Amino acid sequence: MDLRLHAVTIGMRRGWHEFVIGLRSSQDQTFYVFMGLGVLALLWFNRDEVLEGTTLTVPQVVLPSLIAGVLMFSIVIGPAYALALEREDGTLLRCRIAPYGLHGYLTGVATLTVVSLVPLFVIMLGGSAILFDGAVPTDPRRWALIVPVLLLGILANLSLGFTIGSLVPRIQQVTTWGMLPVIGLAWISGIFGEIERLWGWVQVLAQAFPLYWLGHLMRYAFLPEAAVVGELYGSWRIGWGITVLVAWSVAGSALAALVVRRMARRQSGAAVAEARDQAANMYVR
Amino acid sequence: MSTLDPPHRVDQPVVTVDGLWMRYGDNDVLRGVDLDVRRGEVVVLLGPNGAGKTTTIEILEGFRRPSAGSVHVLGADPLHAGEAWRARVGVVLQSWRDHARWTPRDLLDHLGAYYAYFSTDERPRPVPTDELLSLVGLSDASDQRLLTLSGGQRRRLDVAVGIVGRPELLFLDEPTAGFDPQARREFHELVHRLTDLEGTTVLLTTHDLSEAEKLADRILILAGGRIVADGSADELARQIRANAEVRWTQDGQRYVHATTDATGFVRRLLDEHSSGIEELEIRRASLEDTYIELVRAYESADLAAVPTSLTTEGS
Repeated sequence: MDLRLHAVTIGMRRGWHEFVIGLRSSQDQTFYVFMGLGVLALLWFNRDEVLEGTTLTVPQVVLPSLIAGVLMFSIVIGPAYALALEREDGTLLRCRIAPYGLHGYLTGVATLTVVSLVPLFVIMLGGSAILFDGAVPTDPRRWALIVPVLLLGILANLSLGFTIGSLVPRIQQVTTWGMLPVIGLAWISGIFGEIERLWGWVQVLAQAFPLYWLGHLMRYAFLPEAAVVGELYGSWRIGWGITVLVAWSVAGSALAALVVRRMARRQSGAAVAEARDQAANMYVR
Repeated sequence: MSTLDPPHRVDQPVVTVDGLWMRYGDNDVLRGVDLDVRRGEVVVLLGPNGAGKTTTIEILEGFRRPSAGSVHVLGADPLHAGEAWRARVGVVLQSWRDHARWTPRDLLDHLGAYYAYFSTDERPRPVPTDELLSLVGLSDASDQRLLTLSGGQRRRLDVAVGIVGRPELLFLDEPTAGFDPQARREFHELVHRLTDLEGTTVLLTTHDLSEAEKLADRILILAGGRIVADGSADELARQIRANAEVRWTQDGQRYVHATTDATGFVRRLLDEHSSGIEELEIRRASLEDTYIELVRAYESADLAAVPTSLTTEGS
């Protein structure tokens, strides 16, 4: 077997192990439940509203968008926090000392991030299926479209999280450089509805990022043809969506590979010790 | 021509460093370090804080790019040596809070798995987890989460992680910092076991001079950015002037005499006094005396203004 592939399988087991550890911890459980219930509550309070010109309810229209938003949030923020934290506390260095350990470590982070989507989606989709009529498609042909779109969305966003996590100088800055931009992007990408109300240049900006297109493709996969009236330019632009997501996947991976390698090269025992001393000083103050 | 036969290979240095310089900004931390480590040796790197011990070790581990000089570790430049080289090198880290929710057993299983494809008949890799846990005395804590381990237990796990790949060369940077005396002794036994049973070459740094004396085949003292002394603890002591004290009692009176030639002095002493010499005692300079003297000499050479009137007499 190729040694890198060997390391990747070890990394997948690592990610799974961390996921299982997390499932048993109240901290992770709280996150899943809070996030999932938050989405359901948002839909619940708008359950009687209808999309203009259609018979579709807001929960039906917004659920696919929110799935896209939650996906991007988890996929970007998860690795960003993991890398920022674990290069300071020595996790990354510990793995890097093993042969092909960096490959395994990064695979582990990616695996954990992707697998962590499952409980979120189970709560969101399961809850919606129970609470809102017709919000969750039952036609298998729709799921044959939804699953590949989700996978493409994961690929397009994953490298962004690795890049942010490698570039931020300290973990506290993940909020500034990761969390806030993602929330802002979700807002301008029409994840909470109403992109048409924003200025024209903001709409153009949103379309340069993968989130708008992921939301667009998800709505296409979830909703009947009539929902197209809610889209920009009143049309489904499937080719465009796939192109942008693939472009982000390819370019993002190249960029992430570059910055992650640069960041990993700088790790050493002394760097970890320095971070430890700084953290100790912070506690003292 | 056949390949090199084993006795020949044994003499080849595992680590060779020539003219190593390290500059941070305007500060030259290392100024031409030369050192060799031969296969199977335990070499201890001593030096005051800020002397560049950690920097040296990290360059040898491939985690830091030197400003100048040539470095060969297991026949390769550590910076570009690649992953197969990594499999042959062990690094004991000073852990902090990584993998807090893992157990020692899970972590060793996981990290050991990376080495499986580098296993050879001579060095089966990885070391089985149970064997490793009992070797470092963590069998009873093997299923506890790391964040519940004591400081000493964590350090022993660090050692276990360092040797899980059955390394040919092991780096330890201040491995026993924060150990109590018993943990320290157990650690020393572990190092002896590694070198005796596995033929592991060990390079470690410490501040503990008695530890250096117990473990080292050879001691290197790093001061002022250079290796200022290189030898066994005995050899280093001999490098220092007036390195022995002769004490005796004569007619109820105690005498002390410092000399470089204790044997000759005692012979003359006994020749001159056929009786009456009692409680004769020769005390060699300790490694501590040697160390303090050497480091002081180098630091005062750097700071010419500092008077050198203080000496180590009468310890």
